[in-house]
Amino acid sequence: MEVPLAIVVGVVVAGGLYLVLQRNLLRFVFGLILLSGGVNLLIFTAGRVTRGAPPLIPGGLTVPAGAVANALPQALILTAIVIGFGLTAFAMVLLLRAYERLGTVATDELGDRLGEPRPADSGDEEAPA
Amino acid sequence: MSWLVVAPVVLPLATAAALFLLGWRLEAQRRLSTAAAASGLVVAGFLLARVSAEGIQVAQLGGWAAPFGISFVADHLAAIMVVISGLMATAVAVYALRDIDEGRERLGYHPVFHLLLAGINGAFLTGDLFNLYVWFEVLLIASFVLLTLGSGREQLVGGVKYVAVNLVSSLVFLAAVGLVYGLTGTLNMADLALRLPQAPGGLVVTISMLFLVAFGIKAAVFPLFFWLPASYHTPPVAISAIFAGMLTKVGLYALIRAFTLLFVGDVATTHTVLLWVAGFTMVTGVLGAAAQNEFRKILSFHIISQIGYMVLGLALYTPLALAGAVFYLVHHIVVKANLFLVAGIVRYVGGSFELDRVGGLYRYRPLLAVLFLVPAFSLAGFPPLSGFWAKLVVIQAGLEAGSFAVVAVALAVGLLTIYSMTKIWQGAFWSAAPAGADLRGPVPRLLYAPVIGLAVVTLVIGFWSGPFIALAEAAAAELLDPSRYIEAVLGTGVAR
Repeated sequence: MEVPLAIVVGVVVAGGLYLVLQRNLLRFVFGLILLSGGVNLLIFTAGRVTRGAPPLIPGGLTVPAGAVANALPQALILTAIVIGFGLTAFAMVLLLRAYERLGTVATDELGDRLGEPRPADSGDEEAPA
Repeated sequence: MSWLVVAPVVLPLATAAALFLLGWRLEAQRRLSTAAAASGLVVAGFLLARVSAEGIQVAQLGGWAAPFGISFVADHLAAIMVVISGLMATAVAVYALRDIDEGRERLGYHPVFHLLLAGINGAFLTGDLFNLYVWFEVLLIASFVLLTLGSGREQLVGGVKYVAVNLVSSLVFLAAVGLVYGLTGTLNMADLALRLPQAPGGLVVTISMLFLVAFGIKAAVFPLFFWLPASYHTPPVAISAIFAGMLTKVGLYALIRAFTLLFVGDVATTHTVLLWVAGFTMVTGVLGAAAQNEFRKILSFHIISQIGYMVLGLALYTPLALAGAVFYLVHHIVVKANLFLVAGIVRYVGGSFELDRVGGLYRYRPLLAVLFLVPAFSLAGFPPLSGFWAKLVVIQAGLEAGSFAVVAVALAVGLLTIYSMTKIWQGAFWSAAPAGADLRGPVPRLLYAPVIGLAVVTLVIGFWSGPFIALAEAAAAELLDPSRYIEAVLGTGVAR
């Protein structure tokens, strides 16, 4: 199972990289989501895949009887998913604010917009520096 | 388990929770924030004293024996870093009382600041690779919020770049962690140090380069530094000061940890890469600074160039060089944060960070001028200030190791640093005051207090450098002998 999963990881990461290299920041965030999915799958694969053997210890024993699925990568991935969710949510909100304030989501236009007057529909007042 | 080892993390976390609960009672928040930052420094001091007296301190969280649970490890390097972070937190917390506006305080500046500290200290103290990733994310999300707090337009532009690059770096780090786990089946750093030598050498070097990229982005080394000068000049001064002092140094600390404890199987390859990185980092940073004309942008580029000196100490990988790197870390954090704080006062008095628009400060603000000269001369390496000893040790180590080319680069970069500091001096202090500027207005004393405090620390490190160098040498000796770290975590008799 590891080889096909490794190929899937490669494809997902390649897709993520393609999106991350786009000028549009929204696509960049989508690329990040794809990349973090790929990396999570990578951890899963690195923990070796064992089918049909849940990591349960039979009564009377203190260790599993035979080879069982590795539960640790799933704990790691769960942590990484939660963290990734938080970071992606923040990145989305930041993107929205930048769009409201600067009127663009193109990476190469962000800096240029600083010198221009603020777009009329921008949100609340500028915080004093 | 020793509570002292986890206290530098628990204290800011508890403080952050309490600060959130205080809601909009801003005066109470300010007091608690300052008091907690100061007590963090005290706790860190106790930890360092304990480490100096009794050796490496370890806490196994939840009573799970290593390598199955998460270990917290305080060796000399970690304890020194925690003390410095406590010092910075105290200085910046006091400065922030007058620098952070009420709008940002209402948005939650104080609690997020302490979350940032928890992340920083956690990264210094953890002995588990995945846990290190978690602490990196804690400090990262806190720094995202602090950087963009208030949503000024410049802040948003800088914030987008900072967030984007750092998220990619986190994913590279996570991928590297996954690969290390796949290769060795463990994530405990001490256990990894035992098992990595048995893994195929080529794979280990490849993975180590992934870590170099991930930590290199955080530490802002060449060619991964572009996010730093694009973002550090945008938030309020107190925030850029703590960023400039601590954040890149967390990346650097992780680099030192990774390339002294984990990836030492093929030093000829990995540390040669580090040597080239160090040289280019020093040069590009200082040349970038020469092209700038804004106070904080010049300082931002100088962070990069100074990071190069510390990476140089790591790359040379001798006891003297590592001691130099540790000493440089301590000196640099104090000096650089102080220069940012001075920039804040200059802007308070003169009204701008642009060197063209301020002037005459030497005439009207002699105290401020002296307070600029102390860290500026120290940064440039004038004897007998702290920067002189830092550069001296690193360069002496370079000469002993026979790396004459990179020593020449380091010396030339030192000269160019003087050029930049002269430019700030000329622009803000020496030149005539702009017409119509009033430079005599009152400045809050609380802005001066941390600047004076840090300047005194710089002078102390400079004039009584002996104990500090001895401490750095103790840290270096531990770094070069990983068996002490391994035995402290896993018990005696496991390290060969």
